[in-house]
Amino acid sequence: MTMTDANKPGKQSLAEIIQSLDLTLLTQPQDFSASIPTAGYTSDLLSCVMANASHQGIWITLQAHTNIVAVAALLDLCAVIVSEGALPDPATIQKANQEGVVLLSTPKTSFHIVGKLWEMGLRAE
Amino acid sequence: MDQLHNIQSRAITDQEAQNITRLEELAYELRVNEVMTADLKALSPETPMVDALELFRSAKISGAPVISNGKLVGIISLEDLIRYLTNGGANSTVENFMSRNLITVRSTEPVVEALKLFVDTRHGRLPVMNEEGHPIGILTKGDITMGLLKALQRDYQIEELRTYRASHLFEDIVSDRTSLILRYTIKQGDFTQGGTASSRIKRALLRLGANPLIARRCGIATYEAEMNLIIHTEHGGIIRVEIEPHQITIEAYDDGPGIQDIDQAMRPGYSTASEEIRELGFGAGMGLVNISRCVDNMKLESTWGKGTRLRMKLFLQKPEGTPADKEIKA
Repeated sequence: MTMTDANKPGKQSLAEIIQSLDLTLLTQPQDFSASIPTAGYTSDLLSCVMANASHQGIWITLQAHTNIVAVAALLDLCAVIVSEGALPDPATIQKANQEGVVLLSTPKTSFHIVGKLWEMGLRAE
Repeated sequence: MDQLHNIQSRAITDQEAQNITRLEELAYELRVNEVMTADLKALSPETPMVDALELFRSAKISGAPVISNGKLVGIISLEDLIRYLTNGGANSTVENFMSRNLITVRSTEPVVEALKLFVDTRHGRLPVMNEEGHPIGILTKGDITMGLLKALQRDYQIEELRTYRASHLFEDIVSDRTSLILRYTIKQGDFTQGGTASSRIKRALLRLGANPLIARRCGIATYEAEMNLIIHTEHGGIIRVEIEPHQITIEAYDDGPGIQDIDQAMRPGYSTASEEIRELGFGAGMGLVNISRCVDNMKLESTWGKGTRLRMKLFLQKPEGTPADKEIKA
């Protein structure tokens, strides 16, 4: 729970991240300027995400099926970035809106997005 | 989509404001008469402009309808007052400066109709008319913003009240041992519903006033148990959660096929999931490991051919430094 100086979260808001990484917002628009992600995590194995993603963290994955919404909601993630242009179906997006989960999409690979986020100051917990 | 995501990077225009789904709903639900200013500061055509100036100053308004014999005949705005003052502020009456280009809105119309009018006409205020065509109020964009904010706050208070009521449940009901039992039927192979039961359990705990960290641990443990029922059983199973003031007991049970080797099943990375299921991101072999990290007490019993029963406990009132405080990322 405690955060040391070595892994202090980046200061960028989700709004800035969406803009600089040119991410497409799939869920309903809202003001993301006050949403500050605490850390980043990437994996396509849901149990690993369950074990390791941080509260209010960003999760990068190429899974696009409906269970990513359940995982993100249970972990109170800040946002999910779906990589390599994988597109969740409309039912998944609708469910995300109901659960208050933010889904973003990018044609780039997970590696690329993680690298960019690290450059912006986001760290693992 | 690009259009939507641009909204984040700059100020929202009136047109785009209509695209915000959550507020949009309210804009359709709320009627103009629920958000308008009904305390009408009206002028008559014969009122001297000096008096209009004084009214604007004392009532702190920036526009007023002009009414003659109960009928709306014009509207005076700050710009009209400025025009009057730059013309020297001579003796003159309201009818010489008022705008006669009247755009009104009906009191029973949804707020969204007024928003459209604001966008289309760029007017700062709209006189509100009743069914008989008489002016009964005035509406500004500020009124709409206030009305929407109040409505959002009402929603929030309703949720707060629910949480309050739920969190007092255990205090209000007196027995030697009170518990609340939640049951969820989990269908085999129903991936689209995967996580629904655990989300509901987590929400119930939060409403009952549980510590968010406890709710999170409980959510993770039940999610893994729920997915195990969906992936690894023949007919699905049941999740039963018993909530007591001092502990949460979760049971997940099914009628087969059972686990052949429990020690092996508990090993991190071991999974019997099929290739298709692994492609969905399941079958990492971490489910039971995650559960054991999240709960204070875990008991797994299984008979091959009969079924499996997983029993988990989380203690709510515990002295510091017990194993229950082991670190869970949050």
